[in-house]
Parts: sequence; structure tokens; C-alpha cells
Amino acid sequence: MKEPKQLSVSAIENGTVIDHIPASALFKVIQILGLDKISNQITFGTNLESKKLGQKAIIKLEGIFFEDDDINRIALVAPEAKLNIIRAYEVVDKNVVKVPDQITGIAKCFNPKCITNFEPVTTRFKVVSKKDVALKCHYCEKITDQEHLVIL
Amino acid sequence: MKNKSLVSIDDLSTDEMVSILDLAEKFEKEPSQRLLEDSVIATLFFEPSTRTRLSFESAISRLGGKIIGFTDASSSSVTKGESLNDTIRTVNNYCDLIVMRHPVEGSARLASEIADVPVVNAGDGANQHPTQTMLDLYSIRKTQKSLDNLNIFLVGDLKYGRTVHSLLMAMSRWNTTFNFISPDELKMPVEYKLYLDSLGLKYYEHSDFTDIIKEADVIYMTRVQKERFSDPIEYEKVKNVYVLRNHMLRDTKENLKVLHPLPRVNEIHRDVDVNTKSYYFQQALNGVYTRQAILTRLLDLK
Repeated sequence: MKEPKQLSVSAIENGTVIDHIPASALFKVIQILGLDKISNQITFGTNLESKKLGQKAIIKLEGIFFEDDDINRIALVAPEAKLNIIRAYEVVDKNVVKVPDQITGIAKCFNPKCITNFEPVTTRFKVVSKKDVALKCHYCEKITDQEHLVIL
Repeated sequence: MKNKSLVSIDDLSTDEMVSILDLAEKFEKEPSQRLLEDSVIATLFFEPSTRTRLSFESAISRLGGKIIGFTDASSSSVTKGESLNDTIRTVNNYCDLIVMRHPVEGSARLASEIADVPVVNAGDGANQHPTQTMLDLYSIRKTQKSLDNLNIFLVGDLKYGRTVHSLLMAMSRWNTTFNFISPDELKMPVEYKLYLDSLGLKYYEHSDFTDIIKEADVIYMTRVQKERFSDPIEYEKVKNVYVLRNHMLRDTKENLKVLHPLPRVNEIHRDVDVNTKSYYFQQALNGVYTRQAILTRLLDLK
């Protein structure tokens, strides 16, 4: 009997591993970080077993390091995401994402009468609660809570 | 910020508010000052609001300014499908300041970011109407001699009422006690009560008019609108509960004034009009002085 062929995902030399992404949020994360528009080597796995999340996804990015402000943009869709910073195949730093104080783009204002739902305007929010995410619209001043949160 | 605009009452610091009220007082003493002689003011009313528009136009006229604009969207390029962005960019070229009324919430904030000239929000949907709030503050200060330590009664539609929310936010900067009188369906939203809690300000809720109004310094009436009720029977039950009549003002405080943003329908009975405690028509007049103050302040003329 032949040994099953295994496609091994090689460990990365220098870069970032984003772990503990809810499987359902993987493509949102890719979109928010613009990973579909860069030429670095990226591998991702999804629907992996996770005790914490049920099914999780993981992204390995060769040669990419994020600024806090950039990576925190995914906090709305992957609040439990963890980052491993890799240098020379070693984990040199670990990080968690934090919900930022301001959100630009990413989320939709739930108020159907808000100007951002009429004109092509980039949405802007002040984060008024981080635990149960609540966003106050810069324009209509209404609050969008977790339950009504829609990612653009 | 590339220009000084007034979009939301929260844009003003307490000092700025007081300074505008002081300036409005000067305009009350001397309303005709030709400070806008060389200015063109655009009044863009994307939805009709005769009262607000006339008040602004009166303020501009008394300052000697020229007015351009439209009184409802059907007589503007909006009907041709022009975006707000394009309308504002165009009008921006023709004037020194834009006064804007628009049914969509947040439209005034967006306009203030697009325009190089100051934008005054004259109402953006259910969101903000800061010049109304400023004239309410002016009326309260003028009649009570101070904004501190007052007992303010807000009556009627406290759930959807834009004016009562803004007034609450503004008055919460002073040591104010609030009393809310409303039907159950139209109670003050919880976020405002939490906000007052966080400031340690007192408030009390009531479901109808009682002797409690004897404690009031200001009664601020609003309209209870039929369309706010999911069940028409509920409206029929409450529609006459929130009507203020002259005899109810017997034994109230000497300094009490009854305010209303107008238009009123039946929530203040006509028999109140003769009572010296009624103040809603003078309140409307105060709107002219307050708007004179806001316009000249934003244009750095005062």
C-alpha cells in the first residue's frame, strides 16, 4: 500500500502567523488585511478543529509584519485572534488583537437613515464599548451594537 | 478641521455655548447690525421647514446678508439625481456659509467635511438641530436668570423627540434636575438615563401630569404624534393625557415658563397662551437672536 501523499505546509522563516480566527471569518480577515492583493507567500487553513472556537482558521504570512493599528482592524471579526511573530523559524513574540478606539471603513452603520447608506462615504465609528462591541457613527451619531454589526 | 461648523450640540464646549448666549443677548438689544453686508449665505432646505427657514432668513436679513438657496428638494438639482457631495461642492463656490436642512441623518456632518465654508446644521433627520437647542438654552437662561440648579420637566414624546434629547445633553452640563412625563411607549431612551447616572444628575419618570409640576422651573412640551404608536388604541388612550391646560398652572412656581419647539397641535391648550407663564412665542423670537449670534461667530465677525 502506498503511503498517502502529504502536502506539508512548511514553517515560515520570517513573518506572522495569525491563529484562532473563527473559520467563518477567514475571508473577511483576508479582505480587511488586503491579503488578496499582495504577492508574498501566504498559506491558510480553515475548518481546523479548535476546542475554543469549534472550527478555526489560521493564516501564515511569509515576510509580513503588521503594525498594531493595521492588525487591530480584524478585531471586529476575529476578536480572539492571536499573532505569532516569527524570525528565523522561531516564535520571537506573541500578540493578541485589541479592538481599536476608532474604526474606519470595515463596518456598516445599521441606521437605514444614515447618510453613509445613501452616499458613497467611508464609514467612521468611535468605539464606545469594546467588550460587547458598540460603535457610534461619526455621521448619524447612532450606535451599532454587536448584534447589528455588519462587516462591509 | 478646515472650517468651523456647527453640526451637533456636542461640537460646542460649555464656554463656547455661554459665549454664544452672551452674544445673542447683544443682538436682542440691537438686532439690526449690518455685519453680513458683504456676505452671501446659502440656505439649502432639502426638506421643507418653514419655521426654521424663516427664522434663519430673518436673522440673515437683520444682519444685512444676501440669501441664496432652495426651500425644498423638488426645486433643486437633487431631483435630477445629484449627490449631496456634488451639491455641496457647487454651492460652496457661491457663498460664505451654508445653512442646511436635510432628511438624512449625518448629512450635515458629511457636508461640513466637503465644504470649505462653515456649515450650520438646521436639522438632519432625527439626529441633531443644534440651533434649536441653543435657542432653548437662551430662553431658559433669559427667563430663569441662570442655567444652574434648575428643575426641568420634559413632556410628551421623549423617545423620538430630537429636541428633548439635545436639550437634555446640553442642560446636563449644568446642575440640572430632570422630570420626564411621557406615555410608556415614548419614554426617555435608556442611554440618556445612563448618561445622567454617570454624571450623578437626578431624574424622575412619571406617566402623567400631577401636582409634581409645582416643582418645575421649566416645562418643555412636545407633540405626541399618532404615527409613533404601533397600536392606534394606545394613542387614543394617551392623546389627552399630555395636554397642558391653563388651570393646571395654578399654584406653580412664580418663575415657571412653558416652552415648546413649535409647531404645537393640541398639547398646549389655547387657554394657556394668555398666561404669563407661557413662553413659546417669545422662544421662537429668541431663535432669531441666537442664530444671529451663531452665524456671526462662525464667520469670525463677532
